Amino acid sequence: MSVNKLKQTVLAVIAVSLFLASGTALADYALNLTEGVTPTSHRVYELHMIILYIVTAIGVVVFGVMGWSIFHHRKSKGAVAHQFHHSTMTEIIWTTVPILILIGMAVPATKTLIFMKQTGDAEMTIKVTGYQWKWKYDYLDEGISFFSALHQDSNEARQIDSGIDPNTIENYLLEVDKPLVLPVETKIRILITAADVIHAWWVPDLGWKRDAIPGFINDNWTYIKEPGVYRGQCAELCGKDHGYMPIVLNAVSKEEYAAWVEEQKAEQIEAASGSDREWSMDELMEKGKTVYAANCASCHLPEGQGIEGLFPALNGGAIVNGPVSEHVNIVLNGKNMMPVFKAQLNDVDIAAAITYERNSWDNSTGDVIQPSVVKIAR
Amino acid sequence: MSYGAGHDDNHDHKPTGIGRWLFSTNHKDIGTMYLIFALIMFFIGGAMAMVIRAELFQPGLQFVNPQFFNQMTTMHALIMIFGALMPAGVGLANWMIPMMIGAPDMALPRMNNMSFWILPFAFILLLSTLFMDGGAPAGGWTMYPPLTLQLGNAFPFLIFTIHLLGISSILGAINIIATIFNMRAPGMTFMRLPLFVWTWIITAFLLIAAMPVFAGAVTMMLTDKFFDTSFFSAAGGGDPVLFQHLFWFFGHPEVYILILPAFGIVSQILPTFARKPLFGYASMVYATAAIAFLSFFVWAHHMFTVGMPLAGELYFMYATMAIAVPTGVKIFNWIATLWKGSMTFETPMLFSLAFIVLFTIGGFTGLMMGITPVDFQYHDTYFIVAHFHYVLVPGAIFGVMAGIYFWLPKWTGHMYNETLGKWHFWLSAVSVNVLFFPQHFLGLAGMPRRIPDYNVQFADWNMVSSLGGFVFGLSQLLLVVVVIQCVRGGQKATDQVWEGAHGLEWTLPSPPPFHSFTTPPQVTEATAHS
Repeated sequence: MSVNKLKQTVLAVIAVSLFLASGTALADYALNLTEGVTPTSHRVYELHMIILYIVTAIGVVVFGVMGWSIFHHRKSKGAVAHQFHHSTMTEIIWTTVPILILIGMAVPATKTLIFMKQTGDAEMTIKVTGYQWKWKYDYLDEGISFFSALHQDSNEARQIDSGIDPNTIENYLLEVDKPLVLPVETKIRILITAADVIHAWWVPDLGWKRDAIPGFINDNWTYIKEPGVYRGQCAELCGKDHGYMPIVLNAVSKEEYAAWVEEQKAEQIEAASGSDREWSMDELMEKGKTVYAANCASCHLPEGQGIEGLFPALNGGAIVNGPVSEHVNIVLNGKNMMPVFKAQLNDVDIAAAITYERNSWDNSTGDVIQPSVVKIAR
Repeated sequence: MSYGAGHDDNHDHKPTGIGRWLFSTNHKDIGTMYLIFALIMFFIGGAMAMVIRAELFQPGLQFVNPQFFNQMTTMHALIMIFGALMPAGVGLANWMIPMMIGAPDMALPRMNNMSFWILPFAFILLLSTLFMDGGAPAGGWTMYPPLTLQLGNAFPFLIFTIHLLGISSILGAINIIATIFNMRAPGMTFMRLPLFVWTWIITAFLLIAAMPVFAGAVTMMLTDKFFDTSFFSAAGGGDPVLFQHLFWFFGHPEVYILILPAFGIVSQILPTFARKPLFGYASMVYATAAIAFLSFFVWAHHMFTVGMPLAGELYFMYATMAIAVPTGVKIFNWIATLWKGSMTFETPMLFSLAFIVLFTIGGFTGLMMGITPVDFQYHDTYFIVAHFHYVLVPGAIFGVMAGIYFWLPKWTGHMYNETLGKWHFWLSAVSVNVLFFPQHFLGLAGMPRRIPDYNVQFADWNMVSSLGGFVFGLSQLLLVVVVIQCVRGGQKATDQVWEGAHGLEWTLPSPPPFHSFTTPPQVTEATAHS
């Protein structure tokens, strides 16, 4: 292949790949920060664009000068090296000009930051607690409280040998079993903390993220303008399943929100009564399967096989096949990395999970653990 | 020192066999060992990066489970930072500083031996954790508690590795300072020192100031784990965020420890191939010192999202923005050095020019993330992954590569294969951008860092990034080929090696004698820095 022909081929390949890249990129994929749906996110987006334009302009000038020099001041073009090596005036200029540009950037940045810190006058407050690896939402004014974990479809597809194509799962890894529901056009105070390790709560459309730190409470606020479903993820490495604790925020009208609140309150009353009645083995096993998948499977794995050196196997495990009281005790009170589940799950859920663990895979103790047993053990 | 005293100085008797290396007190042999060690670690850390990019090639989990993925990201960072980049910098310092200042060797040769030989043991400790129950450290190289306290058997190994690395770095830094302060040739005043020597004085002070803080922080974590203290546990009255303050008080100077020697190397290379003196020598020295000084006052910009009071967030934003000023001065001075020069484009020059452009891009994104309110969006996404890889790979690593090509003929006495060198450069320079540029888009579009799997909306750019990564990784094998060829033979190098080279190291033969300057040379204004 002649040199010219080679050059032509290379250029053609570059042109085609650029075309393909820009085509797909523009069609489906975001290249830039979201504008979001809150006054904060709009300000943050504008600030981001201002700074991006400024640094791009500086880059064009600096690289332009450098490129011009590289092109013209080369030995092969017969350039003879000058020997100047010092100019106080130039040094003063290229120290002062950047300072002025930076001050120009600092002014809008300071204004935005002050705006973001105005957490007062909130109309309602929710508390977000990070757990390994799910989120808990407490509606402090309404007494509603629930966990929000990765949706079962994503959870099955994300296993290493699942054989399920992520493209077939709607909102793969960005869907939860129960979303956070918030009203639009309401100033909402969001308190953020964690129960075990540090997490970070991030919904890009709100315009910020904030660390969830055990023992400390960070306060923030938001004011969502448009109804919609907004998705985010944990943004601080929090262990094995850091990539699998998404956030789904369902912003609805004030009326819909009020109706949702009533519905939740009724459901909570119903759930609380569950521990007083007798449950059958089949009922407990069926419920236990879901509770296990949502709360236990991420460490002890879906088939109870565990991970050597980190998480004990439940299939054939000593505690699972030993006395019931010890099994109940460790689930309720935790040990090392095992969470304190009495703070997370109700009596029915715990009884169901324990029954399921004691009668699944190779385990067949035949034990049926009633919610009332768990209630007494608490 | 006994140079020039009493006996004939033409002796060049080297110890032989394995003893030459185990018991070496020679700055060149120790420098060589540092560089070989760094190269091995570069490939081990690189192999881990390949695992990461292979897993991220497409959505879904294909190769490794999430726990192992986290081990790979953590170990990749620890090995690249402490095993590859820092030892490479110290290796170059060992080789070049005595030759640049007109000394026979380092001031403290036995300590030099010790600071090197600690390293292999430290990394055996660290790498052995890969084979333990529970696996290697997986809580990120930043080691934040409480997550890192959940680590199993690997935990004490991680802490003691850090202790060993700290001891090694501090000994090395003391040696470099002692050498430069005491062993300069007559006439080699401080303001005549080559820029590479200056950047190493400043780096050495950063090491001495920063490493003990890090060692203290990890020791507090050790006592939290084994002796029931609660420094970082809120339940016992402690504060997990305190660790982050201590870590980044070390961590921010640490990033300058990685980049400053590269600044020095580039400042040697540009004047050589532009055939023109470095522009603004004094302002380069002051700017480097200013960057290093400021680096101790900006640490909390790594942790804006922990929730600081408004005054704190404003202060750390302004202080961070201030660093852009001396950094800008350095870049402008480099470009002014090129201006109206007579440039040629050998491999060291190519790497240095790419360094300026790509490091500056990393600097721009750094400035963007210094702006607190927008950092609330960028923080812990692929945007920051792109940022720090731009400053560390085509930044610090390209600087080291440039230095290796620049000084390889001096070290070996042979010219390297320029064609292969250029292939290495162009493959690296193109693929590194394919690898890291799309990560800006991923981060802005909302992809968090340190995740083994992602939503399908991030699939295309991850695939592009992985392809770039594989090409970049494979291209680095060319460096090994070039170095081995060059050690074995090739066109004889002259003493000066490069037409535009100035400075004491280029007055020595290629390869230089075992003891660099047995008689101190006289330095004048005319023979000083290039």
